[in-house]
Amino acid sequence: MRNPTVASPEGFQLPDSQRRVIRWMIYLAFGALSIGIINGLGQALNYARVDILQYFPGMRTYYQGLTVHGVVNAIVFTFAFANGFLALTTSRALARPLNTPLLWAVLGTMVTGTLLAGYAMATGQASVLYTFYPPLLAHWSFYVGLALLVVSTWLTAILLFGALRGWRKENEGKRIPLMAFISVATYAMWTLASLGIAVSVVGLLIPWSLGLIDHSDPLLSRTLFWFSGHPIVYFWLLPAYVSWYVMVPRQAGGTLFSDSLTRVVFIMFLLLSIPTGFHHQYTDPGISGGMKALHGVLTFGVFFPSMVTAFSVMYALEIGGRRRGGTGLANWFLKLDWGNPALVAQILAMLTFTLGGITGLINASYNLNQAIHNTAWVPGHFHMTVGSAVTMSFMGIAFWLIPYLNRKELVGRGLALVSQWVYFVGVLVMARGLISGGLDGMPRRTEMLEAPYSKPSWELAGMLTGLGGTLMFVGGMLFFAVLIATILFGRKTETPEDIPFTDTYHPPATTGWEVKLDSFRYWVIATIVLILIAYGPFLAQYLPGNFTSTGYRFF
Amino acid sequence: MTVERIEKIFLGLTAAMLLVFLGALFYSAFGMGMHLPDRAGEILPSEVRNTPPFDDPGVREVGDNQYEVVLIGAAWSFTPREIRVPAGAEVTFIATTTDVIHGVHVEGTRVNFMLIPGQIAKVTSTFREPGEHLMICHEYCGAGHHLMYGRVIVE
Ligand SMILES: [Cu+2]
Ligand SMILES: [Cu+2]
Repeated sequence: MRNPTVASPEGFQLPDSQRRVIRWMIYLAFGALSIGIINGLGQALNYARVDILQYFPGMRTYYQGLTVHGVVNAIVFTFAFANGFLALTTSRALARPLNTPLLWAVLGTMVTGTLLAGYAMATGQASVLYTFYPPLLAHWSFYVGLALLVVSTWLTAILLFGALRGWRKENEGKRIPLMAFISVATYAMWTLASLGIAVSVVGLLIPWSLGLIDHSDPLLSRTLFWFSGHPIVYFWLLPAYVSWYVMVPRQAGGTLFSDSLTRVVFIMFLLLSIPTGFHHQYTDPGISGGMKALHGVLTFGVFFPSMVTAFSVMYALEIGGRRRGGTGLANWFLKLDWGNPALVAQILAMLTFTLGGITGLINASYNLNQAIHNTAWVPGHFHMTVGSAVTMSFMGIAFWLIPYLNRKELVGRGLALVSQWVYFVGVLVMARGLISGGLDGMPRRTEMLEAPYSKPSWELAGMLTGLGGTLMFVGGMLFFAVLIATILFGRKTETPEDIPFTDTYHPPATTGWEVKLDSFRYWVIATIVLILIAYGPFLAQYLPGNFTSTGYRFF
Repeated sequence: MTVERIEKIFLGLTAAMLLVFLGALFYSAFGMGMHLPDRAGEILPSEVRNTPPFDDPGVREVGDNQYEVVLIGAAWSFTPREIRVPAGAEVTFIATTTDVIHGVHVEGTRVNFMLIPGQIAKVTSTFREPGEHLMICHEYCGAGHHLMYGRVIVE
């Protein structure tokens, strides 16, 4: 019993006017990524004791470049991509057009936010890094820009929930289509998760930067940051998971096995992403060991749905590989379509993510965290998650999404494949450098080139970091070449194309417990309860806070 | 074997692995005393240098083979810069910052904690082997962040 609209481009086509807005969102995402990657080259080479940042126009310090690198990659790129991509998947899955004014509002807030934060960063008035911990004090436009970028995700949430509501009215008693369910679940999670950053930025930092209040509370703002700062990792990751679950199986010629299990995974992310933030604050004073332990246990819990994902996605790939003639225990893997850049990018992304996940588990491991906290290990870890699992997945998606949005064919398939392999090798080499350096105490977020201290073992670590980062840069530039060539020179496609998504081997159940999975209301309430358990005791003991820090502009 | 069965085994093993890891962590914390920083009091950042014990930073012997290190971080240096303690002694760091967030990592050891304005950090550790360790500020604290470091010399 298959849903007939799934494979059929005639099933539903997004109106051209909306396709155009989404196209600009995706352009904004990759435009941001290009700036982020160029700055990233400067960061990586700095570990290898090569200073190219001095040639960057307007770049005053290493830390200014690092701020730009973090903000445009981790916030602008990821937010713009998620906003555009999941609006598209939701609309397509529900076969409903979106609210056009709201779609424009999303793009408008993103552009305004990027310009405001970009102004502050470019003029060196906000070299506070992507974590912007007070009492380092940035120009108000930096905080307002960040707030607008968060608002753009809220507007997207309204857009998606609005579409879902409209669909439900017309389809009473039906199961929410899987792709829409997981897209909306992502935004349900992030809307709750972003409240921490929102309270800190809007309630505390904007008034403080405008001089309306004199003091900040560094521990409170830091806690609010990490309230959002762990789940933001899943906000980066879940759009990639959407692709891994419902698109990669199709691209690999396989089928997604279980509808219910996929929904359960996204519900687990909704429930468990947020009450885990203290694992970023294991080494902080002012927070009790008991609360840290609780967050540690819950963090181990959120590892579980990722392991389910590893199983489900690998199984879907295996179905594809076997349909293509693969046999035996591992031969099916080689039989996958290694000539399809959209698929290859995402398989390589999954491979780096296994290492990213394992190193993440180590970070989360309570007192073991003291061995690596704030060392180069940490960027080694997250370049294998957000810096490759997410980034390469988004690049892989772009290989069909940019052609789809432009109704053009991909130009430079070979180059596209090369770009992903180069980036893949690059990130592994760089992570090897950062991780080995970090294990030997090499700090992160530090201008090593100018540091008066060093250790012999950091030499090789730094060289590998620089080499790997250079390869990532080359891979990234090849990717942009493919993108630009496709946009400029791609041949027009005549027939309507659909986005490549799959239905499941087992269709959604229409009776029994599975139906209840679709009740977002209950999952949201359960999430709020978990948040209260995880953060309530700390806030009850800590509030009204310790507002005693004046601002510093040490940059 | 059906997929559902393989999957159940896979997920069972995952859960078992996570539980074993958690067990090991809790044993190391509560059985072996490898604790994380806890709540250790608040302090007015502007008054740090007039507030005991931070009015007299440095290393002092406080008991039989027990030492206390009173440490202040400020952009962009530590006071004291050099810490000398005997090997095998129980060393307690009592530390804070006068301005922005800093970090303290005595590389090669598990002494690794944050200095947050308004908060007092307290960490106890034992350096077993004689030797020299860099003590690095590992949280970005402004344009001179990379200049901020010290040394721990275990004698
Ligand atoms: Cu985290
Ligand atoms: Cu510092």
